[in-house]
Amino acid sequence: MSALVRLENVSRHYDTLSGRVTAVDDVSLEVEEGEILGVIGYSGAGKSTLVRLINALELPSSGRVIVGDDELTALPERELRRVRGQIGMIFQQFNLFHSRTVAGNVAYPLRVAGVGAAERDRRVAELLDFVGLLDKAHAHPEQLSGGQKQRVGIARALATQPRLLLADEATSALDPETTADVLALLKRVNREFGLTIVVITHEMEAIRAIADRVAVMDSGRVVEHGDVYDVFANPSTAAASRFVRTVLHDRPSASTLERLRAAHPGRLVTIPVQDRPAFTSLVARTFEKHRVGDTIVFGGISELQNRAIGALTYELTGAASDIDAALAALAADGVVTISEDAA
Amino acid sequence: MDAFIANIDVFWRAIGETLFMVFVSLVASGILGIVLGVVLTVTRPGHLLANRAAFAIVNVVVNIVRPIPFVIFVAAIQPLLLGVVGTTIGPQAAAFALSLGAAFAVARIVEQNLVAVDHGVLEAARSMGAHPLRIIVTVLIPEGLGPLILGFSFVFVGLVDMSAQAGLIGGGGLGDFAITYGSQRYNWPIVYITVAVIIVLVQVGQFAGNALARKALRR
Repeated sequence: MSALVRLENVSRHYDTLSGRVTAVDDVSLEVEEGEILGVIGYSGAGKSTLVRLINALELPSSGRVIVGDDELTALPERELRRVRGQIGMIFQQFNLFHSRTVAGNVAYPLRVAGVGAAERDRRVAELLDFVGLLDKAHAHPEQLSGGQKQRVGIARALATQPRLLLADEATSALDPETTADVLALLKRVNREFGLTIVVITHEMEAIRAIADRVAVMDSGRVVEHGDVYDVFANPSTAAASRFVRTVLHDRPSASTLERLRAAHPGRLVTIPVQDRPAFTSLVARTFEKHRVGDTIVFGGISELQNRAIGALTYELTGAASDIDAALAALAADGVVTISEDAA
Repeated sequence: MDAFIANIDVFWRAIGETLFMVFVSLVASGILGIVLGVVLTVTRPGHLLANRAAFAIVNVVVNIVRPIPFVIFVAAIQPLLLGVVGTTIGPQAAAFALSLGAAFAVARIVEQNLVAVDHGVLEAARSMGAHPLRIIVTVLIPEGLGPLILGFSFVFVGLVDMSAQAGLIGGGGLGDFAITYGSQRYNWPIVYITVAVIIVLVQVGQFAGNALARKALRR
């Protein structure tokens, strides 16, 4: 795989009346050809600005942005329009043209690209068929539901057969069920056309559902990035950890711990689940061997990218020396154990 | 009533002159006003063709011209009328003065409606690589068309009013007819009939505008 998009030390600030605001702060990031990269952050983290730097709707204050063979930061506006035409974009509020029909919306980028009428009609029909809205071709946007609007947005973004699709909070205005439909459609586009997708979101669920890799943004910086599984299994920053906790509820919160401690006098230990065969059996055998009683009191195991992910909180009972020995044996086996006892 | 019948030919001609003045100036001020209004919209900071200097200049010009009462405006541009139309009296001269005077009002109406167009759709068009001029013509104006048509009906009514004032400078038309043949000769029926015709004219214009706007807004 090679990088389709490269951001090198990119910053973007705005000078406002109340001083300089830095939206994107020295970000270096690559988007690999064919992958779905998720960029997650709270509103104001700079992710919307970041995505607009990729299709030159915003230009960086410093740094370089390279898409394919084009260094956007070195191109005149005329050339930037050409590059934009080769990158699809979908939006939180869909941004459909209300003065045009569904078919007219999908045809618009083709008109901009100078595609002839016959080819345009053929392509519009093909795209509407792909997103399942062929029967709505002559409807107007306000007659559609939110999910349908976003599907029109996707058809419109795909019209010129781009290599790259930018999704700016594309599911944030949709209900959970419709969100799942739209995410599935994006995944399908990625699989069937090999389209590279950058998904901007504040919902970790969207990242979990479709992203291959994730970048976590906080205050204009990318504070953590890596494979989705790795970041979920082992977030290394507080920001990433907070997002992971919004979808994985496998670790006890402070209040839960308090309750657990009151109910369970033994030692409390949380063990992150590892994706290896018979992992929980290994843990159970080790406790048994050291004559330690183990009761699972909290936790859960789910699946991410076809791999097990989660954590289990145990109450351990028995002699203190036996428990220490068991934990040492687990550590020797590469098992991480986190003490949940009150400090 | 006898006086009205005696002057029926003048009355018909006056209706013709009013219609001529109103429609010529509606089209001309519409075109000029759209151009000015679009400039006022797209040169704003953060808009399609942000340009502080262009915005400031057009904005100041519109602000200077617009508050001038039309009667004074017409008098002030007499040299211009002589130069362009060749005369300062008659419906042609009045239509030219009306076009120019109304264009600045149209500019503000166009600006108000286009500024309200959602930036998201403009950004969507930009993201497809469309040229700003193409976005203005194919997205900005169509998206603001419904309220824009309502704005034009408002201008139409204003033009009927202004065309009556143009009568004062020899523009002819219904206003002139009502004053010269009506009020100045104490022929009140002539005044009432003329006013009634003007009311009908305004109603028809407003009705047509509403119908078109409804079509554009599809509601």
